[in-house]
Amino acid sequence: MYQFNHASELLQMCENHKLDISEVLILAEMEESGRSRDAIRGLMEKQYQIMKESIRKGLSPDIKSVGGLIGGNAHKLSVYGQEKGFCGKTVLKAVSYALAVTEINAAMGKIVAAPTAGASGIVPGVIVALQEDQKYSDVKAVEALFVAAAIGRIIAINATLSGAEGGCQAECGSASAMAAAAAVNMAGGSPEMCMDAAAVALKGLLGLVCDPVAGLVEVPCSKRNASSAVNALICADMALAGIKSFIPFDEVVDAMYRVGRKMSPDLRETAQGGCAITPTALQYAKRILE
Amino acid sequence: MINTAVSIFEIIGPVMVGPSSSHTAGAARIGNIARRICARDIKRVDFYLHGSFARTYKGHGTGKALLGGILGMSASDERIRDSYQLARAAGIDFEFHTVDLGDAHPNTVKIIMQATDGETFEVTGSSIGGGKVVITSINDMVVEFTGQYPTIITNHLDKPGVVAHVTSMLSSNGINIAFLKVFRQARGSQASMVIETDQEVGNDVLAELGALPSMSRIVFIDTDKQLE
Ligand code: SF4
Repeated sequence: MYQFNHASELLQMCENHKLDISEVLILAEMEESGRSRDAIRGLMEKQYQIMKESIRKGLSPDIKSVGGLIGGNAHKLSVYGQEKGFCGKTVLKAVSYALAVTEINAAMGKIVAAPTAGASGIVPGVIVALQEDQKYSDVKAVEALFVAAAIGRIIAINATLSGAEGGCQAECGSASAMAAAAAVNMAGGSPEMCMDAAAVALKGLLGLVCDPVAGLVEVPCSKRNASSAVNALICADMALAGIKSFIPFDEVVDAMYRVGRKMSPDLRETAQGGCAITPTALQYAKRILE
Repeated sequence: MINTAVSIFEIIGPVMVGPSSSHTAGAARIGNIARRICARDIKRVDFYLHGSFARTYKGHGTGKALLGGILGMSASDERIRDSYQLARAAGIDFEFHTVDLGDAHPNTVKIIMQATDGETFEVTGSSIGGGKVVITSINDMVVEFTGQYPTIITNHLDKPGVVAHVTSMLSSNGINIAFLKVFRQARGSQASMVIETDQEVGNDVLAELGALPSMSRIVFIDTDKQLE
């Protein structure tokens, strides 16, 4: 009844039943899993609490990743952002939170993959920063997570969320689209606006390759979460200002999948291309992997 | 591209220990499923890593996660970090090898487990992104299931009536079959059914299934408890 494969179907359902995206998602999940509404909401609330917990832990100054390439950056930026910065407080907060989650992840700590571990900083970074600075309720924030899930689900069904299959556009690109739609929803934008924000966010990161240094989810992953979080916020602002995506979200997803298929395996998580084969990266890889 | 119904908690989730959903969480899940297929004490385990798993397993903790799964840890278990030590303490030998499995999914591992009773089990699985996995072979028999549903795997003699027997027994116990696939090596030889159900399957039902004539073995894999 409430199952959908495409954004166009989801929007149609929102329109026909006068529901918003999060409500359709809950109904679809109730149907599919047989769980109650309360169980589903409760589970999503739990995910949100774990996200906040990863941010809290990741802001500590003495995190060290397994590969030793990152750690402490979230802390630096959050201190800096309190007084200074070109980007404004909320943006820097979202970025430092995104960094925090990725640093905890790289230290083999507990995170919520959203949609993957490599790209796990973007959605919580954006939602938690907006919740704090705009004083949104927890209920609103959890609702936004359902909206993010809707975007990710459409991509999972029609394309891929895996860097090994589609490059980083499938991970950070997807997460940025999810966060953009979530942000629009938090601000009270319409379902169409959510899709416009998601489409523009994914287009902005189309073609992004997956090139982790030494194969570790550290560089460029962590800072790519940072820029993808900012991309999400810009796209949300554009959509809320009434700017539309010329290409509908479903078509952008198809395009992303086709680009991923054309990407050389060297640029899909194998650490054989891009940043991973720069002299600095190779030198480091030699040192730690042997 | 495997497009089964996608739960939103695979998108906002799983909750897992980092750093990589495909290389760490998925690996832990494959290990965990393999352990349940073996279903006995393991004395040695060999992991044959293919593709991206082979190239990048060290830095992702893929080895720690696979082994953690073999030890019964879920993908969100923070002890995964220490699984090498824990396996040694439990007296389990383990070794990692790299291998070329042809055009298998880039994140594929073949796990060979030697049980303390001398039996050997082989399980091959792929981590297909976002922590999701698909098991593609058990003891050289081609299978396909994801572990997203409670799953019953049978080993039985390929004879008329066995499948009907099993399905009617399940339905009389109020268990609905979501997916059913039958695999066999040759006509009249050993065969296998992979039954993915909508409900958890109780021990009494499993015992009843195991007692059917022609049935040599039943394995039950319940769903990942971290979502409960
Ligand atoms: S570069 Fe690759 S491993 Fe890193 S976040 Fe992007 S897709 Fe994930």
